[in-house]
Amino acid sequence: MKTIYTRPKCLKPAPFHYCPGCGHSIIHRLMCELIDEMDLQGRIIGIPPAGCAVLAYNYFDIDICESAHGRGCAIATGMKRARPDKIIFTYQGDGDMAAIGTAETLHAANRGEKITSIFVNNAVYGMTGGQMAPTTMLGQKTSTSPYGRRPDVEGYPLKITDLIGTLPGAAYVTRTSVATPAKILATKKAIRKAFEVQMAGLGYSLVEVLSPCPTNWKVSPKDSFIYLEEKMEKEYPLGVMKDITTKKKDS
Amino acid sequence: MDEKVLMKGTDALSEAAVQAGCRCYFGYPITPQNEIPEYMSRRMEEVGGVFLQGESEIASINMVLGAAATGARAMTSSSSPGISLKQEGLSFMAALELPAVIVNINRGGPGLGNIAPSQGDYYQATRGGGHGDYRMPVYAPASVQELYDITMQTFDVADKYRTPVMILGDGMTGQIVEPIIAHEYIRPAEDLPPKDYILDGAQGRPSRIIKSLILDVREMEEHNWKLKRKYDLMKQELPQWEEFMTDDAKMTIIAYGTAARIAKGAVKRARSQGLKVGLLRPITLWPFPDEAIISVAKKSKIFLVFEMSTGQMIDDVRLAVEGRVPCEFYGRPGGIVPAPQELARIIERYWLQKEL
Ligand SMILES: Cc1ncc(C[n+]2csc(CCOP(=O)(O)OP(=O)(O)O)c2C)c(N)n1
Ligand code: SF4
Ligand SMILES: [Mg+2]
Repeated sequence: MKTIYTRPKCLKPAPFHYCPGCGHSIIHRLMCELIDEMDLQGRIIGIPPAGCAVLAYNYFDIDICESAHGRGCAIATGMKRARPDKIIFTYQGDGDMAAIGTAETLHAANRGEKITSIFVNNAVYGMTGGQMAPTTMLGQKTSTSPYGRRPDVEGYPLKITDLIGTLPGAAYVTRTSVATPAKILATKKAIRKAFEVQMAGLGYSLVEVLSPCPTNWKVSPKDSFIYLEEKMEKEYPLGVMKDITTKKKDS
Repeated sequence: MDEKVLMKGTDALSEAAVQAGCRCYFGYPITPQNEIPEYMSRRMEEVGGVFLQGESEIASINMVLGAAATGARAMTSSSSPGISLKQEGLSFMAALELPAVIVNINRGGPGLGNIAPSQGDYYQATRGGGHGDYRMPVYAPASVQELYDITMQTFDVADKYRTPVMILGDGMTGQIVEPIIAHEYIRPAEDLPPKDYILDGAQGRPSRIIKSLILDVREMEEHNWKLKRKYDLMKQELPQWEEFMTDDAKMTIIAYGTAARIAKGAVKRARSQGLKVGLLRPITLWPFPDEAIISVAKKSKIFLVFEMSTGQMIDDVRLAVEGRVPCEFYGRPGGIVPAPQELARIIERYWLQKEL
C-alpha cells in the first residue's frame, strides 16, 4: 500500500496550540514537509518570532533560536555570516516583521542576506489579543482601532513585501495565501523556491503568506477563509514581486 | 612576538580580540570608538572573519547573538547611547546563555551628552542594564597593556560561563598610546567547556533549541536560580583588582579605569609630601572586589572614592565596607578629566580635615 499522507518527519508529534482555523498550523506543516522533501533537517536553522508562533520549536524538529520581537533578520544575518553553509530562515508575523522589526528586515533584504523570511500576515497582533498591526486594513476594527482603521488617525496598511520587492538585494519576493487547497499548494511551491534561491546564494528571499486569525477577526474558522479571500487578498494582491531567476532566463 | 610595540588603546583592544579568535564583529559607528569598527573592517578581511556594519546597535547586538548561537567568538563595540540600545540583546544573551564581548567606550551623558571621557555608565553596566534578573561581568582596564590582556581574557570568561561580558572604557582608554607587549593568545590553563549548545543543523544528533521563554513559573524560577548559581561562581572566581601602596595607607583612594590613572598620580604626589595614601583599583566592576575592599578597610582610616561621575561605584564600595570606614566622594562628571594635582589637593584637604 502506498502512503500518500503522513506526518512529516520533522513535525514533532505535539498538538498545535494554535486556535482552530489558524493559518500558522497550515504553514508549519507545509514547511516541515518541505524540510523533509529537500532533506534540510541536518543543516537548517529556524528563527521564530515573538508572536503566536513563538512556540514553533515545539513543532519543528530542527535547530531553533528564539528571537526578541522583530530582530529575526538581524539574528539570521549573524548566523548566516558566521555559517554560510547553513540554511537560515526567519518566521515572522506582521507586527514582528513590519512594525518593530522593519529596520532589521529592510536592511537584511537590502544587503541581500542569503536568508529566507516566511512572513505570516494576519493583519492583527494575534498573540497579544488582536491589536492593530501595521498591516491592519482601512476600516478594520481591532482592539486598539475600535472605530476601524482610519487613514488620518492610524495611517495606512504597510505593504512591506512590495517595498522589499524594489530592493536590489532581494532575489525572490512573493505573496501567497492559504485560503484554498490550491493556494496552499502554491504557498508550498513558493517556500520551496525561496529556500532554493537561498541555497543558490542569490540573495534575500521572502514569502508573505496571507493567513487567517479567526479568533481576532471574530469570525468562525470557516468564514475566516472567506474573509481571507474577499478582504485580505483584495488589499494584498497575490503574486510575485520579484524573481531574479526568471529575469536571468529572459536575458 | 614578545617585543614591545607602541599601540593605541582601540587598536590594542581590536587586535587582542582578533588574536583571541574573534571572527565576527558587528557594530554601528559612534564616537569615541569608531577606531574599533574601522580596525575590524580591515582586519577581519585579512583573517577570513566577518565584519558587518549593522543598521543600528539593536541590529548589531542581535547579529552578535546569532553568530554566538552558531558557536563563533563574536564582539560588538559602541559608546553610551548605543549601549542603551544594546540592552535588549544583552538581556536576551544573558537569558539564552550565549557568550560574547561587548565594549562600551563610555562618553558624557545622559542623552547625547558629549564625546568626552566619562564614567556615567557604571550603574547601567554593573546592574544588568537590560530587563530581568541577570548579571554580567564587567572589566575596566586602565592601561593599553591591560586593555590588550583583558580583551583576550574576556573571550575566555564569556565562553567559560556562557555569558556576555563587557569591557568598560572611555575615550581616554581608547586614545592613549603606550608601549605594550602584544603577545599571542594563550589558551586558558583549564579547558573551556565544549560548545554543545550551538546550532549548526540537527545532523546526527537531536535538534536543539535556544530559548528564554519559560512560561511555567516553577521552571522559570529554577532557571533564575541556575543563573544565580553561575553568578555566585563568577563572584568567587572573577574579582580582579590592583592595590598601590595600600599596606601602610591611612587613606585609600578607590577608583577604576581612567580615574584610577589620575588617582595613581595623585597618590604619588601625596606620598611625596609624606601623606600615607594608597589606591585600590577595581579591575572587575562586576563582580566587585568586595574582599579586597574589606581587607583594605581594615587598614585604612578613610576611603575616598573618586569617579568621573556624580557617584555610582561609591554605592558598591559602601556595600562592601558596611560602615567599617567612612567613605568620602570626589567626582567630576560630564567629561571633565581632572589632573592629578586637583585630586591631590582634595586628598590633602581630607587629610587635614580628618586629622590623619
Ligand atoms: C519588545 C516587545 N514589545 C512587545 C512585545 C509583545 N508582543 C509579543 S508578540 C506581539 C505582536 C505579535 O503580532 P504579529 O507579529 O503580527 O504575530 P502574530 O501573533 O499575529 O502571528 C507583541 C506586540 C514583545 N514581546 N516584545
Ligand atoms: S490568535 Fe490568531 S494567529 Fe494566534 S493562534 Fe489564534 S488564530 Fe492563530
Ligand atoms: Mg499578526
